[in-house]
Amino acid sequence: MLSSAATSITVVLIVFFLFIEGAGVFSKKPIEEGFLLAVHASNPINKLEPSQVKDIFDQKITNWKQLGGKNEPIVLFRTEDITEFYSEEELGENFEYFPAKIDEYVSKTPGVIAFFSDKYKAKDFHGKELEINKIKIFEFLSGEEWFPTAQPIAQMGVKALIYGTLWVSFGAILLALPIGLAAAIYLSEIAKKRTRNILKPLIELLAGIPSVVYGFFGLVVIVPLIQSVFGLPVGETGLAGSIVLAIMALPTIITISEDAMRTTPRAMKEASLALGASHWQTIYKVVIPYSASGITAGAILGIGRAIGETMAVLMVTGNAAIMPHTLLAPLRTIPATIAAELGEAANGGLHYQSLFALGCILFLITFCINMLVELVTNRGSHKKH
Amino acid sequence: MQKIESKGINFYYGETQALHNVSLSMKENSVTALIGPSGCGKSTYLRLLNRMNDLIDNTKMTGSILIDGQDIYEKNTNVDDLRKNVGMVFQKPNPFPKSIFENVAYGLKVNGITDKKTIEERVITSIEQVALWGEVKDKLKKSAFELSGGQQQRLCIARALAIQPSILLMDEPTSALDPISTSKIEELIYELKKQYTIVIVTHNMQQAGRVSDTTAFFYMGELIEYDKTKTIFTKPSQKQTEDYITGRFG
Repeated sequence: MLSSAATSITVVLIVFFLFIEGAGVFSKKPIEEGFLLAVHASNPINKLEPSQVKDIFDQKITNWKQLGGKNEPIVLFRTEDITEFYSEEELGENFEYFPAKIDEYVSKTPGVIAFFSDKYKAKDFHGKELEINKIKIFEFLSGEEWFPTAQPIAQMGVKALIYGTLWVSFGAILLALPIGLAAAIYLSEIAKKRTRNILKPLIELLAGIPSVVYGFFGLVVIVPLIQSVFGLPVGETGLAGSIVLAIMALPTIITISEDAMRTTPRAMKEASLALGASHWQTIYKVVIPYSASGITAGAILGIGRAIGETMAVLMVTGNAAIMPHTLLAPLRTIPATIAAELGEAANGGLHYQSLFALGCILFLITFCINMLVELVTNRGSHKKH
Repeated sequence: MQKIESKGINFYYGETQALHNVSLSMKENSVTALIGPSGCGKSTYLRLLNRMNDLIDNTKMTGSILIDGQDIYEKNTNVDDLRKNVGMVFQKPNPFPKSIFENVAYGLKVNGITDKKTIEERVITSIEQVALWGEVKDKLKKSAFELSGGQQQRLCIARALAIQPSILLMDEPTSALDPISTSKIEELIYELKKQYTIVIVTHNMQQAGRVSDTTAFFYMGELIEYDKTKTIFTKPSQKQTEDYITGRFG
């Protein structure tokens, strides 16, 4: 009673903490702390979306007209560009004239957009500080670009990561399900008792191997294999991740499906055989329908493991945060992103919080999957009674 | 010629011998009852007739069983065809978790009959044969589990009849049923005798007396006595048979 209460409270606290941190992303401006964006005082534009700022600095937007301002070409200015306009003497030995010079440059360039540190902002700054909108949830989810440390504006689009996760997991389940099902049928219906007594513990043992070992296996065996079979420049692809995950999901799928198949009452199988059905007809028409809910549960739990898996995937998928269009290209999953980036994200910063938001998304996905398992297994048990 | 003819059957579960040198023959269109105390081997014998014991690991049989003159334990026997010819009804009603219609149609479908009309006709005929038609004709699409135990058992008989076997094995078909359902099944056996050779295992002496033409008494894996039912129940030649029938043991 006490321990279960403690467990529940811990779980609730973890989830609460996760969501509090994750929600922080949406209350912050995606510009690095201590920096600002400014324009000429006469510029009618006061506010920009994060994506617009990015397009400006990528020079996809080159005229203020495109943003609804005056017809004036955009001039980009970063702190370090100041040396192009002023000599070192003019800036002072210790850069003490920096603020004044930046102010001067901004006020004489009508089309400027300047990105510089707070400490170089002159006391009587003549430019206009731009307001940057916060990241919206929709943008966060639908953005395809993940550059959480980009300057001047961090790009927090997680769509590519969500897709990467789903692609790898889907590929894994597509591989693991037929093999797992075949193995489960073999173990429960065809194998001799002795064979099963040897194989079953072996398969269960597979579930206990640390994922980093699977990753290593993938890196050494599967990655080079894929590279040579498909003639790719790199073997670290979504497919490699799928294969490694499929191997990892197999024990779960096999064990649970096999257990379900073995619960098929002997009377059902005998009834079928006594009617002249062959062994395979009986498996196909009696055993599998009877254990369908158990098989589904095994499959979904397998997917659950695949989606949440971090280490092995991190090691073999190549980790390119781009929208996946084929399994034969590098991609990156949510868990791999969190594992790879959390160490270098400043504590409490935007990047840090965005990783927590990713964690929230992952949590929601696996939560839905577990609910689905619950639903399927419950429905199955109703059917039988 | 005898419909079923078994000669010198020994059967082993692992090290344990369950049948000792059993020889038994049955005529066509007769009902044979197998009686005896629990563990005497009567069910084991019955399950040999459609090779149901093949499913149990680590078993061994010697001797021969001929059905219509064919040795069913020969190497080239097609077990699926054998089971099609030798239908079986089990102790507990075991309908599939499917609709009433699908339960009866199952045997037809697995035996390669795909014509919908044929399937429908055969299903209806079989359900009529077991006198269940009036009770289920409006709910053929409903789950078989919605029927009562007695109805389920008759459905299982219909399911066995649908594939048109010539022999019907019944393993204590009424042991899980109430007296009314039991008497319905007994009436049914009486009817079915006209077309089928029936072998029934039963614990119920009265039932054996009512439904069977011949009775075999098994004890400790041996066939003690085999004779006309009337003879067995009125003047058995063996002391053990008499003791069992009169309820002194078993």
